[in-house]
Amino acid sequence: MKSVLRIACSRRHLQQVRDFVRNYLSSRQLSEVTVNQVVLAVDEVVANFIIHANGEDENQFLDLELAINEHDLNVEIADHGDTIFLPGAHQSPDLRDYIRQGRKGGMGMTLVNRLMDRVEFFTRGNHTVCHLSKHLA
Amino acid sequence: MKVTAQPSADTLTLLLDGELDASSAIVLDTELAKPDILNFHKVLIDCAKLSYISSAGLGVFISHLQRFQDANVKLVFFNMQEKVFNVFEILGLDALMTIVPSATEAEAA
Repeated sequence: MKSVLRIACSRRHLQQVRDFVRNYLSSRQLSEVTVNQVVLAVDEVVANFIIHANGEDENQFLDLELAINEHDLNVEIADHGDTIFLPGAHQSPDLRDYIRQGRKGGMGMTLVNRLMDRVEFFTRGNHTVCHLSKHLA
Repeated sequence: MKVTAQPSADTLTLLLDGELDASSAIVLDTELAKPDILNFHKVLIDCAKLSYISSAGLGVFISHLQRFQDANVKLVFFNMQEKVFNVFEILGLDALMTIVPSATEAEAA
């Protein structure tokens, strides 16, 4: 069973994205923690696409697709903007440094990589696509 | 996201209600950035009704922590839901921030 959602590139739509993922997973016997982990990973990638790849341009949009095959959740987030957005290699942030520097950002993709089993960014034509997957016990 | 401030003697308690994400983090940031907050000895964050936090929400706390420490203001989280605590744990922030189960322990921290 697949489920799809299209949103304009505004951070106001993040709540709608989270509700979409929660609703999709609601029929599964999953713990609150597991559901929240998937919701968080999708929210972080979508926020990155909205803010960093599209500059919060509401004329741009993102397509989300959720699918479960047996016990594996697969998420596709497709950007339709012209900026190719490929986050660099995942590194563990030094949080003590972040605290000393008063940094606000830079943890989102670390979270995504720790929450999901597989995280892939690639290009499709002139656009960026992100695939996330997680085995749901 | 709704933030309710409850000042009491030398302690300020902030009750967080809702979901803290890249859209709503500004509400909390505005509250924590107020200069008067450094007049308190302790800022307690009541997370009982905080149902979600993303990296943007965590970033708000991280960005103010050093400022609080420099002013000898202790930041203590309490009543945190398991799914929210899990996010702190995944990043290792539970080792860098004071998170206790209850209001009683927060007041004693």
